[in-house]
Amino acid sequence: MRTAISTLDVRSVTTVRDALAVLRDEERAPIAGATDLFVALNFGTLAPRRFLDIWRIDEMRTIAADGETLVIGALVTYTDLIRSPLIAARLPMLVEASRQVGGPQIQNRGTIGGNIANASPAGDSLPIFAAVDAVVVLRSAAGDRRVGFNEFYTGYRASVRRADELIVAVEIPAVSGRQWFRKVGTRAAQAISKVVIAGVRDGESARVALGSVAPTVVRARQTEQALAAGGSIDEAVDVLRREIVPIDDIRSTADYRRTVSGNLLRRFWTETQ
Amino acid sequence: MRFTLNGEAREATSAPMSRLLDVLREEFGLTGTKEGCGEGECGACTVLVDGDPVCSCLVPLVQVDGAAVQTIEGLGDDHPLQHTFMSEVGAQCGICTPGMIMAALSLGENPSLDDIKVALAGNLCRCTGYAAIYRAIMKVKSA
Repeated sequence: MRTAISTLDVRSVTTVRDALAVLRDEERAPIAGATDLFVALNFGTLAPRRFLDIWRIDEMRTIAADGETLVIGALVTYTDLIRSPLIAARLPMLVEASRQVGGPQIQNRGTIGGNIANASPAGDSLPIFAAVDAVVVLRSAAGDRRVGFNEFYTGYRASVRRADELIVAVEIPAVSGRQWFRKVGTRAAQAISKVVIAGVRDGESARVALGSVAPTVVRARQTEQALAAGGSIDEAVDVLRREIVPIDDIRSTADYRRTVSGNLLRRFWTETQ
Repeated sequence: MRFTLNGEAREATSAPMSRLLDVLREEFGLTGTKEGCGEGECGACTVLVDGDPVCSCLVPLVQVDGAAVQTIEGLGDDHPLQHTFMSEVGAQCGICTPGMIMAALSLGENPSLDDIKVALAGNLCRCTGYAAIYRAIMKVKSA
């Protein structure tokens, strides 16, 4: 452990109202399951020194249906998602993704709001939210702001969230068509993805999003257009390989990621026919 | 910070952002909980918080205020899993063993081999090759 713990300041709140009042007056980094923030703390790379502990805000732990829309509270954990009949019925690919996050210890603590806020290009749940055109609900003392998930990130590890705003929920509009999710990593558990992909197939149209192939999670719009225009899957694979911008890093290479992304698109298209 | 530690009410005076792992080891002297990677990959620091296995290296003390924490010491020295980990040679160097046992506690009766592998997916062992660990758990959990 390489951070001087005694220099860190934390306040705990149990209601959204109290959290927003604190964030209005002070700059504090929200901390929930700590599965990302405490890794940085252990490595001595954690920038913030003042935190707002939101782990006990129970009102942000609900999964509910609002008509056709599914509303997932920001503090819902992967374990909650795995056990939810509502998620299994409406967004089964999110159950599949949740089972592949870390191991049970991480699934018990990691939250959906945290995965979104952490803004990693490799976040396991993020391609799903991108593919289903989810909406991020941001709340501040000044009111609510709903931002389309595909407009939420502005660059590598950067988003439109203001420091006084809390991600309180993510809304999922009705999803029609077949859902498909794959994560490619070194092993089944405890792996950060080399490529992660989510797709929804509705007849000959598809929505496809990928992680770990660009500075942020990305929707493959050009690839979607190629498929919708009735092009062959070979053509769509070529478009996808040009459309993504993967890099060489410790987990994989750009070449590998391009090849695997194309292979995954092909498999998605075949398996969702 | 007040919480229940292995069934007893305790008060911790460490800084609120301390890792639960360090509080257990340094403030309470419970060194059965091990530090492996310090990033949630290896599971050596697994303890139960309100019954759920978590990596104690990734839990700030402030978040266990009012919770029930159970460590390997809470099992005493006579838990069936402790015996079968020895008899089946599920422990070699021993660093992963407390975390393995704490993670295995969450399994129900009569688990399949696959259930055991999933329950232990967050725990790494570099000695045994896992087969002896799965055998030790299977012996206890099979009715």
